[in-house]
Formats: sequence, C-alpha cells, structure tokens
Amino acid sequence: MRLRRSRLYVPGNNPKMIPPAGLYGADVISLDLEDAVGPEYKIDARMLVSEALKVVDFGPSVEVTVRINPLSTEWGRWDIKQIVCEKLDGIYIPKVETPEDVIQVDELVTELEDKKGLPMGRIKLFATMETAKGILNAHEIARCSGRLEGITIGGEDLTADLGGERSSDGIAIHTARQLIVLAAKAAGIQAIDTVYSDFKDMDGLRKETNMVRIMGYDGKACIHPSQIEVIHEAFNPKPEEIVQAVKVMNAIKVAKERGSGVIALGSKMIDRPIVLKAEKMLSRARAAELYIPTIEEIMQGDNGSDQNGKKGGGDD
Amino acid sequence: MVKITEVEWVENAIGRKVPKRIGNEELFPYEGPFAHRPHKDHKYGPKLDYMADQTSEIVSTLSEAIDKVGLKDEMTISFHHHFRNGDMVMNMVLEEIEKKGIKDLVLAPSSTFPCQEETIIRCVKNGTIARIEGGSARGEIGRMVSTGKYLGHPMKIRSHGGRVRAIEAGDIKIDVAFIGAPSSDELGNLNGVNGPSACGTINFAFVDARFADHVIAITDHLVEYPNFPMSISQELVDYVVVVDKIGDPNKIASGELRITNSPTRLKIAKDAVRIADLLGYVKDGMSFQAGAGGISLAFTEFLHQEMKEKGIVARWAQGGTTKFLVDMLKDGSVHKLITGQAFDTVAIESMRNDPKDHVDLPIGAYANIHGKGCTVNKLDIVVLGASEVDVDFNVNTATLSSGLVAEPVGGHSDTAAGSDLCIITIPLFRGRYPVVVDRCTTVVTPGETVDVIVTERGITINPRRTDLLEKLAKVKIPRDLRICTIQELQKMADEITGGRVEPNWGDEIVALIEYRDGTIIDTVRNVLPKYYDDAIFVDRDDINDLERREN
Repeated sequence: MRLRRSRLYVPGNNPKMIPPAGLYGADVISLDLEDAVGPEYKIDARMLVSEALKVVDFGPSVEVTVRINPLSTEWGRWDIKQIVCEKLDGIYIPKVETPEDVIQVDELVTELEDKKGLPMGRIKLFATMETAKGILNAHEIARCSGRLEGITIGGEDLTADLGGERSSDGIAIHTARQLIVLAAKAAGIQAIDTVYSDFKDMDGLRKETNMVRIMGYDGKACIHPSQIEVIHEAFNPKPEEIVQAVKVMNAIKVAKERGSGVIALGSKMIDRPIVLKAEKMLSRARAAELYIPTIEEIMQGDNGSDQNGKKGGGDD
Repeated sequence: MVKITEVEWVENAIGRKVPKRIGNEELFPYEGPFAHRPHKDHKYGPKLDYMADQTSEIVSTLSEAIDKVGLKDEMTISFHHHFRNGDMVMNMVLEEIEKKGIKDLVLAPSSTFPCQEETIIRCVKNGTIARIEGGSARGEIGRMVSTGKYLGHPMKIRSHGGRVRAIEAGDIKIDVAFIGAPSSDELGNLNGVNGPSACGTINFAFVDARFADHVIAITDHLVEYPNFPMSISQELVDYVVVVDKIGDPNKIASGELRITNSPTRLKIAKDAVRIADLLGYVKDGMSFQAGAGGISLAFTEFLHQEMKEKGIVARWAQGGTTKFLVDMLKDGSVHKLITGQAFDTVAIESMRNDPKDHVDLPIGAYANIHGKGCTVNKLDIVVLGASEVDVDFNVNTATLSSGLVAEPVGGHSDTAAGSDLCIITIPLFRGRYPVVVDRCTTVVTPGETVDVIVTERGITINPRRTDLLEKLAKVKIPRDLRICTIQELQKMADEITGGRVEPNWGDEIVALIEYRDGTIIDTVRNVLPKYYDDAIFVDRDDINDLERREN
C-alpha cells in the first residue's frame, strides 16, 4: 500500500491555492468540496476542482484526491459525477455512518469508470467517521468495499457529536482513535488521523503525531503546508531504527547461510514479530527515500566513530 | 526627450542595443562584469573651502543655509534614503527651493520612497527639477519616468555601488548634499544611531559628503560637542540646520518584520537553503547576504535553523539588517554583522548597543567596483529577488514586465557579481505574468553573474558554472527538489501563464540602466498609455517582496 504519511487539505474554491498544492511534498492532497466551502460556493468549487483535475500537473508522486460532500446532501452525487476522471486517485467520503454510505459511492464510481472508459477499480475510497454511530460501525465499514484503502477520523465533528471538548491530549476522542486503528488493521487497510488545527503550534503537532504513530496510525491530515515536514519526521523511521532493522535482517541472512535455526542479535533472540517489524521499517524507509546504510557501514561505524546518527539523517 | 531615431546604437556584450552617446555625453556599452576599467584617471575633486576660525556651523533656517551655499539653477542636489518611507528631509528642502524659484535642478538621491512622490512630481512639473540621476525609481516616480513626458533627459538607473562609482568619477557632480542626520553637534559630526529619528546608519550619505561641493546637515537632535560616533565628520559639513522633525520613526523602520505566510514562498526560501547546502556552501566560516523581502527573511530564518542544527558558524553577514540577522549575531551563529541599511528597530538598537560586532560601512566599501576593495567580493552566498529572469540568466529588477520603471535595483548587480554563489529566489509566475521568460524586458544584472535560480517548481543552475553542476552530480538530490534547465522552467511558466507579452513601447529613451562599472547594460523606452494602469501584482506577497527589497 502506498505511503500516506501526510494528507494536505486544499480549499476547493480557491483558484490560487489549488495549482501549487502538489509542490509541498505531501503524500496526498485532498481538494476539499465539503467543510472548506460554504453552501453558496459548492457548485463553483465543484467546477473549479473538476477543471483543475484535468489541467493542473500536481507532480508525479502525489496522490490526488477529492473530499466530496456526503451523499445525503444535494451536492454529493453530482460531486462524484463531475470529478471522476483519469487523474483522480481517490475520494474521501465524509460523515460515514454505515457501510451503505461507502457502498453507494463505490457503485457510482464503478458506473462512471465504465461509462468514461477509465481503468476499473483504480480510484480508491477513504471513509471518514465523525459521529459516535460511525465510529461504532467502523469495523463493518472498513470491510465493506474493495476500493477502500483507509479510514480516517474527523476530530472536530466527532467531539461535537459526543458533546465533549477538544483538548491538547485529545482525551475526548481517544477511544475513537483506537477503534479506528483497530478496525483499519483488522481489515488490512490504513488508519489516517484527523487534522491538528493550530498550524503555528509545531510542538503540539509533533506531540500529537508521535502519539498516533505509536497507536499504529499510518498518516495524518494537515491544513497547512508547513505541517507536512513535522508529520513526515514523526512517521519516518528514525536513523537508529533503520540501523537496528538492517542489523536484524543481516542476522537472519547470516543464520540462514549457516543453516542455524536459532537467531540472535547481541544478547537478544530474534523472533518472527521482530523480523516483521524490521521488514516493515525498511520498506517504509525505502518508500520515504531515507538513507539506509549497509551492514558494512554500520559495522564500521560501531567500531569507529558514531557516524550512524549523522548518516541516517532523513532527507525527506 | 531623446527619440530612438536620434541616437546611434551599438550592441553590448549581452546583445542589447544601447546608445553610443546622448547629447554631449559619451556612453560605454557593457563589456562583461569585470571588463571595463575606469574611464577617468583620477577621482573627482570637490571644492576647497575655508573655515579657519569657525566654532559653530549652525544656521537658524534651512532657507539661510541654502542661500549661504549659493544654490543656483541647474545645480545638482542629493539626499540619502535611510529614513525610507518616513523621510521628511527631501520634501522640506524641495519646498524651500520651490519658494526661492530656483529651477532646472538635477535631483540625485540614493533612492526615493512613496512619501516623496507628490513633492518630486510637483517639482518636475513646475520646472524645479529637470532631471533625476538614480539610484532607483519606483512607484509613481517610476511611472512618471516611463511616460517620457516630464523629464528632459533619460534617467540613469544605478546600483548602490554604481552610484558611488559615478560620484567618485565625477559622472554625478553634487553641488549640494542635504544630509538628514539623526544626531549632530554644532560642527556637523553626524551619526544615525542616536536621536528620535535614529535610522542606524547614514552611510549612504558618506560618498555625498566626501564629494559634494557643499554639505548641509539637517538634524532634529543637536547634541553636545563632540558627537560620537563621528560617522560623517565635521571636516565635510558646511552648515547644520536644526529643525523640529526629520523623520517619522514609525515609518523609518518597521517595528516587526514578519516572515511570509505564503507556502509557495516558504518553499522557495527553504529550497534555496537546501541547494546552497547541497552545493557545499553552508559551512563554517561562510559569509552571506539576504535582504528583507519576504523570501529573503525566510531564507535567513531557515539558514539559521540549519546552521544551529549542524553547529555551523558564519564569519559575517551583511545587507539590510533585521531582527533575524541580529538573532544570529546574538546566539553566536554569525561573528560579525555589516549593515548597509537598518530595516527594523532591533537592527538599529543592535548597532547602538553592539558597535564592536555590528558595524556599518561606507557604501563604496560595500560595493564599488572601481574602489580598492569591497565586501561583496568576499561574499560566499547572496540571495536576491527579481521581477524577471530570462533563459540567459539575465535578471530584471528595474521594470515590470509591462515595461514600467517601478522597482529599486539596490545592490543587486553589485552582490551578484561579487559573490561566489548568487541565488535568485522567485516565484515562477506572478498573477498571469511569467517571471522566468525568454528575454527580460530590461536587464539590470547580467546572466554571467547569476548562478542558481530557485522557483517553487524547480531549481536551475547556470550552465556556465560547470563546477556547481559537477558538485551536484556527486550528491544525492532529495526527491522533492526538482533540478531542471532554465528552458524547462521557462516552458512551464509559459504554459501556465500564456507567455510574456512585449510592452507597448514608445519611441523615446526614458532611462538608461548603468552597470556598476559605468557602462550601459540596457535602455528603457517610454511605455504608451494603455499600459499605465496595468496592475501586475495580484497579491500582498508580491507587493511585500518589492517594497522591502532595496538593499
């Protein structure tokens, strides 16, 4: 599954912000037709976004998605009809409460792909749960469509629905965050966290992103390009983690060559979860184009000076 | 005004047609950044004076001082621009001269600001001013120049270093220099650090004081003799006039300059730091200059972060100084600061409180190519803006794409030529106008002196710098840093904007762009009326970039 550490929201009714949206290094951009756009501009924004999808070159590596209006509104269905095109990579469906909300979109997209002669099944779906009901149905929702590659949580709306309060520790939506990540991982898809809305508070953002990464999340939405770097830093494997992973994989290789069944690294036994974790770590590092030292470089570093930290510096 | 059909043309080293002579004045075509030797043997010498038994130079009114120096029709008067948009001196002096009925003066300021526009334009229209010798022209004055209607002679647009050269060579002969002085004593020892109108430094006026026949200091802060520091000393000053107020402190310096919020511009600034780093220029002992424009401030801030992270210390930094540079001085990221102009109150305070490590220099020592040494030659990195860059890497900072004279050129061509790595930071387009173009509307800085161009959509290295290209081939370039050719950038800009449109030129020469060595690098013609109100700048960021970019 592709790297989705950061997902940048771009107001769908702002012609100045859309063309450069792909320049800031976000893994995903979401042209927003929903909350960023007032009712009186919904149709303008839809036209702007559908044109932008056709003519703007967002760059080779970014995943281009649109957040549509819910199908329960007068706009949702028309949003999908107009935006489905060759350059659209995915659709974010807001306010999902039941599997039906996703299945309806899936069916409509399938119909449109067929009608427009697009490759079938290429457009991915992402469901956002932002009500108590949606969160409790997350398990069913996460498994309801083959197009679904991730589920996300809408922090602001959910807090309001709960009658709770947003706080720096996010206690009001803590359990919801855990339910989302459980549902996602049970379905074999990604979990993507909500936005951190104070875009000047980088320390707060760093703290929250680290928290959701530890919980198992794969990415986080953002509302300002300056948040992207902090989010990537938090999700990227640290240099020492990469070094450890390389050492683990090397130990496996050496053990296999020797035909030894028991594998140890230093004084620790290496079991299957550790190998899986190392593999995951390295594949994430490769996807993020981070520096991965060879085992020889690491051995040299261990014997001589402590170069590992410096060399492993992320260049993302 | 001079018609294009009335002069004989010659092509200069960058392929621009320039006049061989205008009236009696012989002109030299641009030959290359370091090719032209001084065309005079000796410096110009101002009048000798006799003030043997004088113990005070104070005269009671400005009018009296003007009478005493004998200002007459057709003389040249000069001003400095350290008070920026808070200046009251130029308006005060011009109004006094208008009252006396003196006509056909040559105005030779180091720069002009919007607060002087109304007075200057009125003086041009009523015949008090016949000619402007730049410095730079922007805003309404630039527009007036571009009409070709009111000034009898093409304006010469010069860089900061080029103006010093012109004065020293006697190309500009200043009869009376009017120097606004934040503090003075009764014999005219002047400085810019003290007093209610403190502006940090007054060193743009140093060359005026040295080479003018007469110098009148105008102050609102008379102090006990002797006034320290003696930035401009008594031996150069004829008279001192004390007035109520010479400047508006709120407009002289910004209280707090802010880094741009524009994500595109932040990206450009960050990528400029990254490319400088990849090319090996961010290292211990480095020196750099970055101004106070939106992108430059962000560059300084990002560079500072990078240096702190890696424990790198710069030897010195220079330019228009701001809080961002002063912060670097304070935390030891840079050893010394050299100020050409102080842009904010923090910089002014720092000059006052830290005279050991934060100094100013005469502008000749900063940028004069025909002096005996200047700091720009020791610069490792300079970061500059532009209104256009073309596929030959030539840079326009004097006119808009519509051909209107509108922007200050500052020290652009000086620092580009002197520095080892000249980085131009620009958006690929502004509104619907491309910034990377096939051919600049006007050339101020020749492409030979420009090394790297950073836009939000790609970075390009001047192919003349094979050493840089070799360096870059050896390092791993991060995925999101797109290196491309200037032609690719230009094509992208064209595709997005529809390409550059040639201005609606008239047939008169309204300005000559003089390169720092005194040769002519380009000619500006008048622009026909339908383009006057063409609004090129569509957002606040563009305006900020230009307003603050003066040094």
